[in-house]
Amino acid sequence: MNDTNSKTPGARQPARRQFLIDMAKTVCTVGLMGTGLGLYAKQAKALPPLAIRPPGALPEADFQGACIRCGLCVRDCPYNILELAKPEHNVATGTPYFVARNLPCEMCEDIPCIKACPTGALDHGLTDINKSKMGLAVLIDHETCLNFLGLRCDVCYRVCPVIDKAITLETIHNVRTGKHTMFLPTVHSDHCTGCGKCEKSCVLEEAAIKILPAKLAKGKLGEHYRLGWDEKTKAGKSLVAPEIEHEYTLPEGYKYEQGRGLIPGSSGESVAPGTQPGFPKALQGDKL
Amino acid sequence: MSAASGAGGDTLAEKGWLASHKWLILRRISQIIILALFLAGPLAGLWIVKGNLAYSLTLNTLPLSDPYVLLQSLLAGHIPEKMALIGVAIMLAFYFLVGGRVYCSWVCPVNPVTDAAAWLRSRLGIKGGAHISRKLRYWVLAMTLVLAAGTGTIAWELINPVSMLHRGLIFGIGMTWTIVLAVFLLDLFVSANAWCGHVCPVGAFYSLLGKWSPLRVSAAQREACNDCMDCYAVCPEPQVIKPALKGAKQGIGPVILSPNCTNCGRCIDVCSKDVFHFGLRSAK
Repeated sequence: MNDTNSKTPGARQPARRQFLIDMAKTVCTVGLMGTGLGLYAKQAKALPPLAIRPPGALPEADFQGACIRCGLCVRDCPYNILELAKPEHNVATGTPYFVARNLPCEMCEDIPCIKACPTGALDHGLTDINKSKMGLAVLIDHETCLNFLGLRCDVCYRVCPVIDKAITLETIHNVRTGKHTMFLPTVHSDHCTGCGKCEKSCVLEEAAIKILPAKLAKGKLGEHYRLGWDEKTKAGKSLVAPEIEHEYTLPEGYKYEQGRGLIPGSSGESVAPGTQPGFPKALQGDKL
Repeated sequence: MSAASGAGGDTLAEKGWLASHKWLILRRISQIIILALFLAGPLAGLWIVKGNLAYSLTLNTLPLSDPYVLLQSLLAGHIPEKMALIGVAIMLAFYFLVGGRVYCSWVCPVNPVTDAAAWLRSRLGIKGGAHISRKLRYWVLAMTLVLAAGTGTIAWELINPVSMLHRGLIFGIGMTWTIVLAVFLLDLFVSANAWCGHVCPVGAFYSLLGKWSPLRVSAAQREACNDCMDCYAVCPEPQVIKPALKGAKQGIGPVILSPNCTNCGRCIDVCSKDVFHFGLRSAK
């Protein structure tokens, strides 16, 4: 400092130096602030799995550029389901969300939350609430779901506003008892709106069915993957080899039909002479 | 010694409390009425105004939106819908006319907080503090805009104390009070008027918006000034006064032209010589 303050021609140096230091300070401060906030913003784009956006919400990355956090969707929700995130919540501050387990979307036909949105963060193009995709229900725990235990609960199935389309009960033999049927709630992603009524109503302490973001809930086949039966339908014939009629080895006098099983009293396919009925063909004759 | 602050003692003695606080009282009334309108809905079911300062709908017809938030949204790559755009046009026109930073002193919910910090700072005689450039806010403003474009989000709204406080008061405050406390302490201990006068990009944005606005404070009677310095002491942006008050020799007009003047009117209140008054930019 001493030399710069001397009465040499460089007397204006300190001012310039101070200016440069101030400038550097400002730029560094703002730069650090910006970096920190940028990282925070990036992280805030990852919505926690159980926080669900209102119907029609743009994809999360777009939503956070579009939602101005005015809360009009919150106000116009007749069931007071939505909340604006507070700083301590793990959702981008001020943006609307709901937690289905607390209060699910009531699926208003006129979708007032979307109508209230001034910016289009909730897409005004969505006019049919049954087409909304707030998330996807997943029967996430087969070990505690009462239906999987062989009991008849079905509550999630019965409360589903898109019953028999978004959730169906698929029947399967109960191997444990040997004489009962299990009715397994099964979600169909093309109809599930993610409203969360199933999760809300699950009778377990911790819901076995949960609404998850589609990204978490859905698997994805590789682009190269082909389903044989689809390809067959498309082509009108099997693409791999000429189809061979399946041959059954049947007791004499029986016929077999897919679905119906053994049908007595008909000759069925010809049974080779000299063979024992009820014995697999392979085990007869000189094959062994 | 005035109870309000060290400054304005003479005025208080001469004009009385009411006259020497006229604009301050009006300003508080404005802040209270605006907040009350927003709160009447959630608290009393009287839905005159819905929403918050980012966007509001009055009587279900009049949309008003914050142009700074909308600008960030635009830079983030979203084109807002009609209602938000109408709201922003109204707001731009209003603040262009009355002065952008009227928002800061007459509307912003953080203003009472920082005013309280400034008052306490003077009562406690806290002097000095960190030197922060008053240009910092423009850098912060630029940073928030770059960030909006870079991240595709309205990033500043994640931490903006202004909108957080207003939203918190209306929709539930949660931990927002810690942010507000941080601003208060910053102003109290770190630097005088640190937040509003140095950092806040909202104020910086509105100052640019009001750069050419016709409504101004003018030091019209500047020859009457007795250099008591009271106006400098109460002004949140004291640097804006000097050119207007002392610029006669350099031919600088008596109108305060700096866009950072918040039109709060405290200088008018506090001056015992009635040097200042509200007027038009064009006034001589």
